[in-house]
Amino acid sequence: MGWAAAARVLRGESAFKPEPVARPSVNLLPAAERRRAAPTVAWALAAAQEAVANSGLDAAKLAVVFASSDGDGDIVHRLCTALATPAAAVSPTDFHNSVHNAATGYWSIGARSPAPSTALCAYDSSFAAGLLEAACQVATEGQPVLLVAVDLPYPPPLAVHRPVQHGFAAALALEPGNGLEISVGHDAAPTPSPLPDFKGNAAAACLPLLAALARPGDALVRLPLADGVLQVRKSG
Amino acid sequence: MKPLAITAYTATSALGRGLAAMLDALRRGAGGLKPNDFDRAELRAWIGRVAGLEDEPVAGALAEFDCRNNRLAQLGLAQDGFMDAVAQARAKYGAKRVAVLLGTSTSGILQTELAYRTKELQTLRYRYAQNLYSMTDFVRRALALEGPAMTISTACSSSAKVFASAARYIEAGVADAAVVGGVDSLCLTTLHGFSSLQLVSDEPCRPFDAARKGMSIGEAAGFALLQKNESAIALVGYGESSDAYHMSTPQPEGEGALAAMRQALARAGLEPAAIDYVNAHGTATPANDRAEDRAIVRLFGASVPVSSTKGWTGHTLGAAGIVEAVVCFLALEHGLIPATLNSSAIEPGLESQIVLQNRNSRLRHALSNSFGFGGSNCSLVFAA
Repeated sequence: MGWAAAARVLRGESAFKPEPVARPSVNLLPAAERRRAAPTVAWALAAAQEAVANSGLDAAKLAVVFASSDGDGDIVHRLCTALATPAAAVSPTDFHNSVHNAATGYWSIGARSPAPSTALCAYDSSFAAGLLEAACQVATEGQPVLLVAVDLPYPPPLAVHRPVQHGFAAALALEPGNGLEISVGHDAAPTPSPLPDFKGNAAAACLPLLAALARPGDALVRLPLADGVLQVRKSG
Repeated sequence: MKPLAITAYTATSALGRGLAAMLDALRRGAGGLKPNDFDRAELRAWIGRVAGLEDEPVAGALAEFDCRNNRLAQLGLAQDGFMDAVAQARAKYGAKRVAVLLGTSTSGILQTELAYRTKELQTLRYRYAQNLYSMTDFVRRALALEGPAMTISTACSSSAKVFASAARYIEAGVADAAVVGGVDSLCLTTLHGFSSLQLVSDEPCRPFDAARKGMSIGEAAGFALLQKNESAIALVGYGESSDAYHMSTPQPEGEGALAAMRQALARAGLEPAAIDYVNAHGTATPANDRAEDRAIVRLFGASVPVSSTKGWTGHTLGAAGIVEAVVCFLALEHGLIPATLNSSAIEPGLESQIVLQNRNSRLRHALSNSFGFGGSNCSLVFAA
């Protein structure tokens, strides 16, 4: 877990060995919120906290873009199970945690940040859509933006409809003049993933970009974006 | 910001299909809420239901998208010549240069809810119904657009925030035009979920009223076409903020709402006195109405007319932003400030100028508020 370990794998310095990841502890949150937060929120906040710490930016002033294709499958499963009973009585905590922007809501509470936040989905293109939204914010507002992406495997019986083997979360702090040039492209194939085990995990579609970031030097990465690609040119 | 033209728009809600039905209902004082008859109708509640969706499946090439939410999207797209207006933009800019940015809170989750009940999970088409992108994907294909696309899902501010994203996309040069809007349809998660939080009224919702008992849930589809152009109505400002307070309760002094409204005015280059009408989020829950009233009073005093149109359409959740934007467009175009329907005696202590009867008045600027769970706030300013 964490960028240092991931970067070693992405540079080919250590092998990829999937192992169960315990729910990250989110010491950012007050005790009541820490208890209520769903696993996707815990993963998102752990990644976000590390990225912000490494960036040196002030979490309380940072706009946030949250990208996820599938949201929290455990909550969907519990809500749908409860709704199938005659009483249809759902947990109020599950319900308010079911919003797609739960992670940004908890983040803003934990980071005490009144800055704008958004949450989006574009199925398999969710990461690229998040990066595009974040890049447009950086370009037009001239402010840094925190991009967070997470997708976790769905529980049965939904898992068969959205097969995802491994959970994945990543966060990137983007600043104006950060050396990434982003454009929408068509008629080009996405860059293959360096870790095919993450196939089906929409958040992990950022892996080709992370592999480029883990190494020095120029790179051009193409991430899936609807029928086209999002081209990310990295210099240095 | 540079004004962004709104060259076409439409909304379909419990007030009817398209703009003429909405305007006519508003003028006649004919609200759209009815006693809950959705699904097994266990809840004593009033809902804003769009009639006839059961009989209008998504068929043909996009049939795999068939679900209540995409039926509503299909119905909404078919009104007011919206598809023709998009076709013109597509011809002018090219399909790859028109973005599709839409909001929803629950997409096609109803299909999954019902499959759990009937234990027929093999029938699920996750990507084409439950996934939040399903509706945007459907609309994009129905409009033959190939530009960047995403669903924004920030609960009840979703289809307001798409306007802000579209403005940034166009300014950053990622697109030349954008279809924005949102679709949210009745489902068990929201009906029973809001009920579990004791936020659902057993009578038609009465925003800001002393005797209000909570919200009424509705469903709607609405769309707008934004581009750099001349038009009668324009987006001139947007503001976004986070409450950083609580997942389902707004900050009591309305700090987040105030920040969003201030930002929207600053982007528009307008003083508070320039706003002629505020379409409030006004859900008719005590916490929302009080916090929003505080925020409005702190910014505008009692000088600006304020109404919530949730009593007409119900709270259409992820579609509320676009539905109320369209109410603002009609207000600007026809000089109509709609009443806060069902409300008659404002709660003592609320100080903003809440409009209880329809008013006719020439309007130049309208501001619309949308606030969601997770403390997600968005304010939009439109100009005529």
